[in-house]
Amino acid sequence: MSKRIEVRDLNVYYSKFLAVEGVSLEIEPRSVTAFIGPSGCGKSTFLRTLNRMHEVIPGARVEGEVLIDGNNLYDPDVDPVLVRRQVGMVFQRPNPFPTMSIKENVLAGVKLNNARISKSDADDLVERSLQGANLWNEVKDRLDRPGSGLSGGQQQRLCIARAIAVSPEVILMDEPCSALDPISTLAIEDLIEDLKLQYTIVIVTHNMQQASRVSDKTAFFNIAGTGKPGKLIEYDQTTTIFSNPTVKATEDYVSGRFG
Amino acid sequence: MTVTTPQEPRTATPIANSLTAGRLPASAPWVILGVAMAVSAALFAIVGFAAGAGFDWGGAIAVGGLLYIPSIWIFSRLVEGARRATDRLVTALVTAAFVLAMIPLISLAITVITLGASRFDVEFFTSSMRNVTGEGGGALHAIVGTLLMTGTAAIISIPIGLLASIYLVEYGRGRLAQGITFLVDVMTGIPSIVAGLFAYALFAIFFGPGVRLGIAGAIALAVLMIPVVVRSSEEMLRLVPNELREAAYALGVPKWLTILKVVLPTSIAGITTGIMLSIARVIGETAPLLIAAGFTQSMNYNLFEGRMSSLPVFVYTQYANQGNPPEAYLDRAWAGALTLILIVMALNLIARLIARFFAPKFGR
Amino acid sequence: MSSAATTIKAKQRPGDRVFSGSAVFAGSMILVTLAAVAIFLIVQSVPALFATSEEASILTTNFWDYVWPLLFGTVWAAALALLMALPVSIGIALFISHYAPRRLASVLGYIVDLLAAVPSVVFGLWGIGVLAPAVQPVYSWLVENLGWFPLFAGPVSGTGRTILTAAIVLAVMVLPIMTAICREVFLQTPVLHEEAALALGATRWEMIRMAVLPFGRSGIVSASVLGLGRALGETMAVAMVLSATGVISFQLLTSVNPSTIAANIALSFPEAYGLNVNVLIATGLILFVVTFAVNAFARWIVSRRKDFSGAN
Repeated sequence: MSKRIEVRDLNVYYSKFLAVEGVSLEIEPRSVTAFIGPSGCGKSTFLRTLNRMHEVIPGARVEGEVLIDGNNLYDPDVDPVLVRRQVGMVFQRPNPFPTMSIKENVLAGVKLNNARISKSDADDLVERSLQGANLWNEVKDRLDRPGSGLSGGQQQRLCIARAIAVSPEVILMDEPCSALDPISTLAIEDLIEDLKLQYTIVIVTHNMQQASRVSDKTAFFNIAGTGKPGKLIEYDQTTTIFSNPTVKATEDYVSGRFG
Repeated sequence: MTVTTPQEPRTATPIANSLTAGRLPASAPWVILGVAMAVSAALFAIVGFAAGAGFDWGGAIAVGGLLYIPSIWIFSRLVEGARRATDRLVTALVTAAFVLAMIPLISLAITVITLGASRFDVEFFTSSMRNVTGEGGGALHAIVGTLLMTGTAAIISIPIGLLASIYLVEYGRGRLAQGITFLVDVMTGIPSIVAGLFAYALFAIFFGPGVRLGIAGAIALAVLMIPVVVRSSEEMLRLVPNELREAAYALGVPKWLTILKVVLPTSIAGITTGIMLSIARVIGETAPLLIAAGFTQSMNYNLFEGRMSSLPVFVYTQYANQGNPPEAYLDRAWAGALTLILIVMALNLIARLIARFFAPKFGR
Repeated sequence: MSSAATTIKAKQRPGDRVFSGSAVFAGSMILVTLAAVAIFLIVQSVPALFATSEEASILTTNFWDYVWPLLFGTVWAAALALLMALPVSIGIALFISHYAPRRLASVLGYIVDLLAAVPSVVFGLWGIGVLAPAVQPVYSWLVENLGWFPLFAGPVSGTGRTILTAAIVLAVMVLPIMTAICREVFLQTPVLHEEAALALGATRWEMIRMAVLPFGRSGIVSASVLGLGRALGETMAVAMVLSATGVISFQLLTSVNPSTIAANIALSFPEAYGLNVNVLIATGLILFVVTFAVNAFARWIVSRRKDFSGAN
């Protein structure tokens, strides 16, 4: 249930502006990879290219290759919709659908694709996904209540349950805890530990403690100045990045001497 | 600005707070207003009795209000200084503007209800004006015509307007979208009578001059309704947070299903409100229907044949072509006006209720 | 998911095609409709532009002599209406946004919006039945006492159905839209600016003059231009209230009044035949062009405001 991601010499453009330049890296299956770096360095942009979500922004385009188990996402006849069913995403701010109940939110990926699903299968899937997101015990008595009535941390776990309900291979997380309080953050981090047994996880974070706590490997992105493209500076085992980085800029950043 | 607040010496006794200045008591405006009204009433009473006429309530209140505005300024000027006096003057003027706007509203409501009630009866809603001269008769043919034409206009404009707004918000990029936005603005500004002329000109080409059809009226109304539907739906669709669309895309949902199952359900309450308000706007239109659909005294259920009356045109023709006795015609006109206002108010009320109770809450 | 090991292939999505296709179609329909409005009006107008009084009985000399007084009346009535409505609508907007208690504000807003819900034909009835008789004594008084002032020159109209009465009705009718726009703009005044003014020791009026009015200036301008556009095109109320003779006259209170394009069409169209119809459609085209110009001007002001709004 997880896949290896290989990125080869990827450039991302917004219209004419080169936002990310020359990224090459490999992400192992069943691991947690963290992207760190200062604001505007292109790590979120890069994350979105892993499931072609950047195409939602007008004018955004990509050069290079992203291979998921050897299949290039950017082959001309690849359907971005199918890509996104395999590569799920969790966003910075929790975004449950306001018109749907908790249960409907979990089933959203299935129902919105017009798939037929029997009631017992649906109930199974809801329970499995919510348990997978560590939310089942908190919401099992109010599955028909609106999803927007939950707390921020619960909403974010609901979004994770929604993402894993479509059984993706990879889950991308774009600063999933930045809008949450420390206790909810801890719950999400515990959840990531569990999820990596089944999924390949890529997480963007501003919080270096978080990166060091949850990730196996860490990629550090940096930007030379405003208007310049973001670049991958160093990519290594998390312990190496935080204890013994090879590049000076990485050391400055992780030790807080940056900027 | 000149500062005229008196500066108390630092060594003032504790009783004389250095932050207080001369101030009128809180009740002062009301007292002055009451005195102004009393003076005005006395004046009108004297003049009225001297001329042998009755007491003019409207005039007395108007003059009382006019008296109040300078008086509050003078009193405040004497006690509080120039700056506060100006402030009080503006407060009085601004309040007066609001009261002024209420006069036509209240007068209109009272007139329409009192004059409209006399013929607001069963016969009015169950018979047409066929073979009616003088008293009796009703507006059934006009009500049916209004419902048919407005309904047809709605059937034409809602899909076009809604889809066009979806195009503008979800698909529109570049020249075409800019062009459509611009043209919708232009259409919003089309005078209603021009829409009527357009519908007439369109049908005159196919059916020859002098043509009056219900469907022509419906088309004229649709021309007026489409831009309103586009505008309001566009606004509502833009209110749907982009994060919801992204969430759906990230689940591997195609764009059209995202729009159909996430964007539209989220904004449906607002869109419905906008559509109801647009119907309320066109249902009272007179001029385009007078031009394009004409008027008749008989029932006509066929949009494609013959002239068709509508409620606003009924009101107008009853007033404009008075027969004998004229009171019967005027009473019917006012009853029609009352019916029309009630329909428009009901549509507005329903629209607001939908907006209030069915709007989804974005939980943040 | 072992089945997905095969290459991800693009799938044709008929749903997406149909949906985007119909959305584009609907958008294009608007283009077509407006083009049709312009084309049909122009086609029907062309014969009238060169018509003479022999061909069209409605004309006395030629088309331009016919339309000129109507155009004057249209602009004159709309300008008078705007002159009356503007200060009142600014006052109401300020009252609702900055003077009335917060909880009452939205209710008061609804009440003013109610005026917008009244159909124009009802305003027409009210104008003749209530307003004209009520203002007639005032007009007599004005003519008697202020008759030396050119606008108030006599003889006074006996019915009160003058251009000033029509303009008052128009003013009431454009009041809601103008108030709504002004209110929106006033409410958008940055609270920081307002508090900055209050912190300098300004009274409420001084705060409004320093912070709210400068911020809302272009909003006020666009509200007046939009109100003007509405007043130019308004038909029934004028057609019913005004007793028109079709002259060019600035006098407000006499029984000799200019008519407006829209009212003239509504009054003459039901009985028109032959080339007279084309003449009336041509006047409609001119009205369309005038309102188009006014609205384009309003749009230009609104778009300029976006750049200089100072809200950031």
